[in-house]
Amino acid sequence: MASIINIRGLTKRYASGFEALKGVDLSIEEGEIFALLGPNGAGKTTMISIICGIARPTGGEVQVAGHDIARDYRGARSAIGLVPQELSTDQFERVIDTVTFSRGLFGKPRNDAYVEKILRDLSLWDKRHSKILELSGGMKRRVMIAKALSHEPRVLFLDEPTAGVDVELRRDMWKLIGELRQTGVTIILTTHYIEEAEEMADRVGVINRGELMLVEEKTALMKKLGKKTLTIVLIDPIATLPPELADWDLSLHAEGQEIEYIFDAQAERTGVSSLLRRLGDLGLGYKDLNTRQSSLEDIFVSLVHQEKAA
Amino acid sequence: MSIQNLRAIAAIYKFELHRFRRTLLTGLLVPVITTSLYFVVFGGAIGSRMNEIDGIPYAAFIVPGLIMMSMFTESIFNASFGIYMPKFTGTIYELLSAPVSAAETIIAYVGAAATKSLIVGAIIFLTAHLFVDIQVMHPLAMVAFMVLIAVSFCLFGFILGIWAQSFEQLQVIPLLLIMPMTFLGGAFYSVHMLAEPWRTITLFNPIVYLISGFRWTFFGKGDVGIEFSLIFVAGMLALCLGIIGWMFRSGYRLKK
Repeated sequence: MASIINIRGLTKRYASGFEALKGVDLSIEEGEIFALLGPNGAGKTTMISIICGIARPTGGEVQVAGHDIARDYRGARSAIGLVPQELSTDQFERVIDTVTFSRGLFGKPRNDAYVEKILRDLSLWDKRHSKILELSGGMKRRVMIAKALSHEPRVLFLDEPTAGVDVELRRDMWKLIGELRQTGVTIILTTHYIEEAEEMADRVGVINRGELMLVEEKTALMKKLGKKTLTIVLIDPIATLPPELADWDLSLHAEGQEIEYIFDAQAERTGVSSLLRRLGDLGLGYKDLNTRQSSLEDIFVSLVHQEKAA
Repeated sequence: MSIQNLRAIAAIYKFELHRFRRTLLTGLLVPVITTSLYFVVFGGAIGSRMNEIDGIPYAAFIVPGLIMMSMFTESIFNASFGIYMPKFTGTIYELLSAPVSAAETIIAYVGAAATKSLIVGAIIFLTAHLFVDIQVMHPLAMVAFMVLIAVSFCLFGFILGIWAQSFEQLQVIPLLLIMPMTFLGGAFYSVHMLAEPWRTITLFNPIVYLISGFRWTFFGKGDVGIEFSLIFVAGMLALCLGIIGWMFRSGYRLKK
């Protein structure tokens, strides 16, 4: 797949001296869903703001659909739709008017059929004549997506799309993003809900303190960095772990009823079979075994902690 | 500064006028009532006891000043509010991320604000006709002057709207600077009526030149020569355009 966004050496230093971005390099492929993960203040929104033209970079280059964001800002911005984190809307405007306004702002000729399609796709058609202030928070979020899609962008930025929304609406939003992807739109979402990235993203980037720590295919990342946890449910509880088990990374839980073993699933020798043999030798019977793959959240927390420790 | 995205100009212009339509009643009634009150107080109650000024009946003499006064405040208010509100509500993100140049943004916002201001100016002019018989000596020059003043003060208001970081800041310049300068700028009297040194001091007030110029279009005479008035309007236009150009180039209070 061809890159639709190319970022090279992007830096942002504020007047206070704070470095929000420290030389970020990133390519986004056309048609993918890319999740940018990072804790608050990591630089996610700054990066999006620069790409979209809301903030100025201190250094580096960004190209969107082959257009430089500074030299050919019209070409670059025409390709982008942005849904910011904050619910910023003209409260007294009607839904259909504000979406039509956005289309005009991006230089597109009036197209009532297309606007109707977007509003129908986003379940907003019945509310088209409602003032925005009359809508629920979830509906307002949909209006913002409709505005961002009104000029038929090739790239859609969703900055924390489900921040502050309830679980049901979050699921609806994920479904909607999946449907948008089917239309060929490249989607870049920032989130600190790891579950969101795990659910939807093709690739994941982790940013912290202005530095892109890694960019990986989501499944490859989970495979590469994912740890597995083996839980051994004992027949009889034990008070402490016997010293003969010191070779394994074990911990005791459920009032001595469960032993947990964290291991690298990709390692040549996981140590699982030798552990089970040793338990047999020690006369510790078990009635159940189960394993759990670590989530993207575990990976993210571990990465951020590693960086902090460094 | 290039102008290519005409649809964006039209979209912003229509959006701003739509906002005006939402408050049409107050937007039109307030200037009519205010003008009527000025005529009742200054034209009727006080004006009847005053002599003519430069051969012009007092009630007619104050008409250009009244129109200018309302147009100054309307232009500043409309333009500053127009750009300040998106900053305040956060919807400015859409303008900044759209393929719209600085020139297109200014034409759209200032054009819409100036349109509203000209409508108000025209309404005051028509309302004045209900109270006083008034002839305009240079009607084309009057219209041109109104357009120039509306655009200049809308540009000034646009600067204020970008600069302001609170509603208080938005109002402080029009209320504490422009309003007193207008009252002291010959809206209700001729500068020639003042004794020295006030007469000379008043000539440092740029509003004097604007009101005088507009009065010239009505009566063919003003406190200062029309050429000085035109120089002041041109200077104000150039200064405002220069400041706005710098604001957009530097991203001052628009971009992080």
